[in-house]
Amino acid sequence: MSDTLAGLLQIALLFCLLAAVYVPLGDHMARVYSSTRHLAAERLVYRLCGVQADTEQRPGAYLRGVLAFSLLSILLVYLLQRVQQWLPLSIGMGPVDPDQAWNTAVSFAANTNWQSYSGEAAMSHLTQMAGLAVQNFLSAAVGMSVAMALVRGLIRRRSDTLGNFWVDLVRTVVRVLLPLSFAGALVLVAGGVVQNLSGLTEQATLGGGTQLVPGGPVASQEVIKELGTNGGGFFNANSAHPFENPSAWTNLFEIFLILLIPVSLTRTYGTLLARSGAGSHRHGLAILGAMATLFCVSLAATTAAEVHGGGAATQAAGAAMEGKEVRFGEWASALFATATTGTSTGAVNSFHDSFTPLGGGMVLFNMLLGEVTPGGVGSGLYGMLVLAMLAVFLGGLMIGRTPEYLGKRIGAREIKLIALFVLTTPALVLVGTGIAMALPQARASMGDPGAHGFTEVLYAFASGANNNGSAFAGLGADTFFYNTAIGLAMLFGRFLPIVFALTLAGALAAQQPAPVTAGTLPTHRPLFVTMVVATTVIVTGLTFFPALALGPIAEGLL
Amino acid sequence: MSSTSPWLRRHLAAARVLLVMTVLLGVAYPLAVTGVAQLVFPHQADGSPVTHDGEVVGSELLGQSFSGPRWFHPRPSAAGDGYDGSASGASNLGPNNEELTAAVEERRATVAAENGVAPEEVPADALTASGSGLDPHISPAYADLQAVRVARARGMDPGEVRALVREHTTGRALGFLGEPGVNVLTLNLALEDA
Repeated sequence: MSDTLAGLLQIALLFCLLAAVYVPLGDHMARVYSSTRHLAAERLVYRLCGVQADTEQRPGAYLRGVLAFSLLSILLVYLLQRVQQWLPLSIGMGPVDPDQAWNTAVSFAANTNWQSYSGEAAMSHLTQMAGLAVQNFLSAAVGMSVAMALVRGLIRRRSDTLGNFWVDLVRTVVRVLLPLSFAGALVLVAGGVVQNLSGLTEQATLGGGTQLVPGGPVASQEVIKELGTNGGGFFNANSAHPFENPSAWTNLFEIFLILLIPVSLTRTYGTLLARSGAGSHRHGLAILGAMATLFCVSLAATTAAEVHGGGAATQAAGAAMEGKEVRFGEWASALFATATTGTSTGAVNSFHDSFTPLGGGMVLFNMLLGEVTPGGVGSGLYGMLVLAMLAVFLGGLMIGRTPEYLGKRIGAREIKLIALFVLTTPALVLVGTGIAMALPQARASMGDPGAHGFTEVLYAFASGANNNGSAFAGLGADTFFYNTAIGLAMLFGRFLPIVFALTLAGALAAQQPAPVTAGTLPTHRPLFVTMVVATTVIVTGLTFFPALALGPIAEGLL
Repeated sequence: MSSTSPWLRRHLAAARVLLVMTVLLGVAYPLAVTGVAQLVFPHQADGSPVTHDGEVVGSELLGQSFSGPRWFHPRPSAAGDGYDGSASGASNLGPNNEELTAAVEERRATVAAENGVAPEEVPADALTASGSGLDPHISPAYADLQAVRVARARGMDPGEVRALVREHTTGRALGFLGEPGVNVLTLNLALEDA
């Protein structure tokens, strides 16, 4: 079989798997977020935590819950790293330095998983399990809760509440993430992913030397790392490490896990709209259509670039295999890279820094789009809904009608919040990159000279501010400057958009929807999908074109 | 409790949820997965060890360093000094990096000379460092290229060594997933037993 046919079949199988679970998982999640009944286990959690589960929260209360919970999460992960040497399962690891511990704590609480440390050399098993892996669940659950609050804002009429954050959070964990993770972890172990509590063991090798073989509770963390679009590897090599991703089929399974929830949430959205009468399944499909269009274009470009193999060093080697594993090759590496950067996951099965100039540029572009193809769990849906409302606003200007989405008017207050949401991450990326390029010690961290070195820095801030967490890892990011600056980019890049999204949700919930008339712009047809795609590309393109011209475009033209 | 400020109440609730979730997700969940995994898939959960004469000589999944003419060689590795299991990782050198171009050209000359083949016959995986630095595989082309050299060093028939290479070549899963590869450790083990 030719490489091309095999590669295309691989992509086709992935799409078939996603199509098969789209309706059942999407509808399951719709029930999870709209049910009025609590499971016995959930009632126990609410009682232990003193949560009044049947109280609806106003937007402000919902938001303050999100922020308080995330703040305490950051504190806990910071503390665990600082005192890990005194705790059980320390496997000889010392305390993490304060700047790196701050960076890592924000990184995991913000669903980013940017890692300036190397897993097997810095983190104890307890820190990985009780700190990092817990945040992999909880930060994902926070993202999904916020998305559901925004959906309720669109559905509810003249309402001053958005649901209950604690209930959304606990249900996401208990009814969605935990059961899927448990089953998925066992599938991964069957495929060879390790799951034990040993540290590094020295073994004699066949060739007469010795090798340190690592251990750890890897599978349980690997699965939620992908499922929750987190991306932080147990090991430094992330999903390129054979103990995290041993074979071609575990690789496809991991890509499936990455896309599973972000894709299915568009069904959840459509189902909730249809059930409440605010819209139909086709509105969910339109959102998915915009995500999928951008995903497919990006995948085609990245794959073509990697298979074609640009760059002097790549051509000297004959193929773009630097930083790639033999068992995956170019096609499965490009597919993983597109999925991981299109979803704010940031796990890698191949090293993006060594991708061809245009292939590396495309994965960077996926992040700059704002992580909406299909985006992180929850954050992808609320990000794309905001862009859809922006498209409605632009469309309304063009045809001279009051812009409405699902009958909710996009007025002055709404469009201000949308604009703030859309501008937050570009500001963080461009200002952060600008400051780094102005500081000699920050420039000294670049692992490659010239345009490629600039791309490394731009990639780092794009990855942090968009909560992706993957890296052009040649950049020496474990410095005081980068730990602090990228920590701030991750913090603001996560929580400012959440503030705007929840405020917007409150403004929308308070409205009485306008009736549909002949002049209403339909928001479930292919034309609207095209408008959303165009809005996304134009906004991103105009913002980042100068920066991209200095980085990957310059390098690709050299 | 009505006198407690809403700020304090909210943070206390947040702390309690965090605590309960840490116990559930950070302790109970990984330990439960470990227990079931160790019970149902003990071989994989412990890193797929391979044994030779009753001794563990590594993991089927992790590449090892091999040097000298008697062994099949793995790919170049950026993990520590090469195949260091405590320092997985890639070179992260860019596609136009001159240092990388020079390294590729040097490796091409070395591999060609070692195996007595023309430089242009050396495949890309023999010239590039993998993502993990622990890649257990080489391409079938790179294995074939080394077969004659290994056979000569061991006094074996080249046809016999090639047959072993074929035996240790994994095709694409389901016929289309990933790429074919040859597991260097299990191939070298088979040579020892031949």
